[in-house]
Amino acid sequence: MTDLSGQLLDFDYSLVLPEIIAVLFAMIVVGADAFKVQLKLPSQIALALTIVGIVCALVSSLTIGLNHDGNFAGLIILDSFTTFFRVLFYGVTLTIVLGSHEYISKYVSHIGEFYGLLILATLGAVLMASAGELLTAYLGIELLSFSLYIAVSLTKGDLRSNEASLKYVLLGGVASASLLYGLSLLYGVSGSTDYSEIAAALSGSVSDLEPTLLLGLVMIIVGLGFKASAVPFHMWTPDAYEGAPIPVTAYLSATSKAATVAILLRWFGGPLLPIAGDWQMIFSALAVATMVVGNLVALQQTNIKRLLAYSSIGQMGYMLMAVVAVGSGYVDIATSGVLVHLAGYIITNILVFVGVTHFFNNEESEEISAFKGLAQTSPYLALLITAGLFSLAGMPLLVGFFTKFILFQAIVSAGHLGLVVVAVVASTVSLYYYLMVIRQMYLYEPEDSSKKLSVTTSGYLTTLVLFIAMVVLGLWGAPLYAVADTAATSLF
Amino acid sequence: MTESDGYILIALMVLPLITAVGLMLVPSKERSAIVGITAISSLALFIMSVYVFAAYSFEGDTYQGVLSYPWIENVGLLGDAGISLKVGIDGVTASLVLLTGIVVMPGTWVSWKIQHRLKDFFVLFYILTAGVFGVFVLMDLFFWFLAYETALLPMYLLIAVWGSTRKEYGAMKLMMMLMAGSIPIFAAIFAVFAEVGLGTFDMEILLSASKDEDFQKIFFPLVVIGCGTLGAMFPFHSWSPDGHAAAPTAVSMVHAGVLMKVGAFGIVRIGAQMMPEGAIYWGPALVALGITAALYGAISALRQTDMKLLMGFSSVSHMGYVFVGLGTMNVIGMTGAVLQMTAHGLMTALFFLLIGAMYDQSHNRDLPNFSGLAKQMPIWSVFFVFAALASLGLPGLSGFIAEVHIFIGAFRSYPIVGGLAVLTAAITTTYLMRALAQSFFGEANPKWNSLKEMTWIERSGAAVLAASILLLGLWPSPWIDRIAGSLSQIPGLTL
Repeated sequence: MTDLSGQLLDFDYSLVLPEIIAVLFAMIVVGADAFKVQLKLPSQIALALTIVGIVCALVSSLTIGLNHDGNFAGLIILDSFTTFFRVLFYGVTLTIVLGSHEYISKYVSHIGEFYGLLILATLGAVLMASAGELLTAYLGIELLSFSLYIAVSLTKGDLRSNEASLKYVLLGGVASASLLYGLSLLYGVSGSTDYSEIAAALSGSVSDLEPTLLLGLVMIIVGLGFKASAVPFHMWTPDAYEGAPIPVTAYLSATSKAATVAILLRWFGGPLLPIAGDWQMIFSALAVATMVVGNLVALQQTNIKRLLAYSSIGQMGYMLMAVVAVGSGYVDIATSGVLVHLAGYIITNILVFVGVTHFFNNEESEEISAFKGLAQTSPYLALLITAGLFSLAGMPLLVGFFTKFILFQAIVSAGHLGLVVVAVVASTVSLYYYLMVIRQMYLYEPEDSSKKLSVTTSGYLTTLVLFIAMVVLGLWGAPLYAVADTAATSLF
Repeated sequence: MTESDGYILIALMVLPLITAVGLMLVPSKERSAIVGITAISSLALFIMSVYVFAAYSFEGDTYQGVLSYPWIENVGLLGDAGISLKVGIDGVTASLVLLTGIVVMPGTWVSWKIQHRLKDFFVLFYILTAGVFGVFVLMDLFFWFLAYETALLPMYLLIAVWGSTRKEYGAMKLMMMLMAGSIPIFAAIFAVFAEVGLGTFDMEILLSASKDEDFQKIFFPLVVIGCGTLGAMFPFHSWSPDGHAAAPTAVSMVHAGVLMKVGAFGIVRIGAQMMPEGAIYWGPALVALGITAALYGAISALRQTDMKLLMGFSSVSHMGYVFVGLGTMNVIGMTGAVLQMTAHGLMTALFFLLIGAMYDQSHNRDLPNFSGLAKQMPIWSVFFVFAALASLGLPGLSGFIAEVHIFIGAFRSYPIVGGLAVLTAAITTTYLMRALAQSFFGEANPKWNSLKEMTWIERSGAAVLAASILLLGLWPSPWIDRIAGSLSQIPGLTL
């Protein structure tokens, strides 16, 4: 097949094998669950198939990623950056499913659809990270968003879930429109949707500030700012986080955020880098606002999911600083820094969310005050959540300390000491609200101290693996940094 | 000190961590096992720190026992040396390691009587200990900061769970102020890394690399503010009285005895040794803050009635001397500052041990409530008077040696400050003597006739600390030789 200009297109399907597997399994999961009564399939068939599918996708991502470099007809780029995010995304989905399937079968309606949507969302996230041109990336964004719009609403009995979904859809639609408009303007100016061609077109016209280009740029930043929940486009985040089933909240805070970071790095470290002067200040302002507002508003939350929502907004602020550093020309070290931090943040955040999920399975409450005396009713969960929160605050011996150190150092080396000072102040503030949760668990007596919370075997296993990863990477982060650095160098 | 002694430096950090992990595996009900593990561990730490101090040869290299294991290099922004797990000590840290070893052992002993969640207490306590030793022996800025934060991390729970008197308020205030203090340190570390531009956090390389003079003038004050917060430097001291009043006995001992010295040591290592020109430029400001703190702390202590608050303000005052000594930027004054860290560490640890021993029985620390304690608790009172005499600088005890050095150093550079420092010593005598006269002598208050003498464990702990105070007071030359030998390497320092 050829493209419009007659060049031969190379459709190397082996490069997108993980995604093909994912699509197939998404359909099989939905189908098998729908007909499980007629076909006399076991009740947990959706779960089993999901796990098999994701493991296959994960394994094939690794084997392909280690052996190939190339692109799928210019639409999808396969490099270390793509592989990094592929492994991360499939890994996240697998961990969330393993860690919280009891919650899903208990509180989520339409289990088959739920798992199917989760796989499709992951597929969208992978497309976002790996796209080589604007439209494929946009399709990825929409696939991720649409799957999550529905997934958020899937605790149907809960009004908050419905409200959250509606809010998310409406605001998300506006953001998508803005993004798409921005992309079309960008296409109008550069004459191409291909990243490298856009870069070539824009590097010629750096000197004259074209109003069309500027407008497009702003629209794109607004659209992505919404997906990244950057302040002031963050208003949907706490509501969506609070209303969604806990595993979906975990997914929103991990994959959805990471995919946005990936696309920010791809776009602003690639095609849009020649006009860095136009957007660098915008991102500085966004980063500062996001760090400050996210961490300050978190102080007054009483619901653990809302607290974690604001904390994830704050974390997003740290990562937006990396985009600023990218704009200063430090694409390499800023990207490796932010990838390290992203991986550490995701491991920690999922650990906390799986912990909260199992707490909810026992207590059916998300209020922070319900964590009272958890150190006695479940010392294991209390330790997990405490360690996770300390890691999010960047405390030592845990991965959060290492990743923050590397990220902040990268930003300072790019010449933005002022931003980092704001970040460090913000992260000190964050320690306060994390301590408020820890205080409940360790300082107060439980209402019923004879009660012991139970954690299932799969819950123990998932959290233990995440906990070990968190501690080991905190003390020996060299492998993570090396992987992130390889991924970063492949960006340009 | 030979290279193989570096393994002992590593053991000083790792043993407390192993102890903490080991304790986690012991069931909470096995109190005797917990006591046994901590007894062995604290004794081993004591012996190792004595050995490290003795083995450090003040005629050899400045940094001894240097061992380095590459950790991350040649990736991202890191160059060939990158980040390495590197240990080594100089004369200053040798004496601070010894101080830590001495204070942790009695601190462990007196904590055995804790009834509420003993195991969890020791897990956190030993993580804290690992952090403190780490700060003193690590020679890589990344790990140094990691250890620094590790030492602060357990503080919140230690005070909030096991403390007394407004413990939640005290714990949160302490934690947030100390963490806020680490912000400028964080910034300074990043800036030094970027300024040197060799892609390494290796302290030996960073210390010897040349840094722009203007850079030093900008970032030295940041280090002083950051580390000064932990060192309870005026005006960043306000966590100290509240935190100390709230903390349980052993935590007060280690915190006032050692952790505050970590802050002052940060000013020596990251400040004066790393940025000597900045230190000389800002020296007068440091002296001014120090002498203000000394006077302010002493005057505030005059009107305190809670014993722990009295000690909290007294600590602010004594740490003020340390900053005066550091600010003189002459060898004798700075040596005095490090001596004062050791001297004050030993004697505050003794004070807090004694106050804890009594508070556990009386649940009251208000000085006017007591009188004639010397009749009710004679041995306890002897130790208390001994600590008070050390605190006010009686010749023959540790405080005298340190203060004499600081006063001489201050008189050399700033005669007026020297005079004010001597005045402060007089105020110190006043508040300590007033407390002694009011509560220890005179008619015994029958309300407290039930007070029992200290237990044998507490007596042994107090005896270890008192013996160390006496040793440093009577035979200070091992300390002075080591400390002055290392400090005289700082370029630009006058004698």
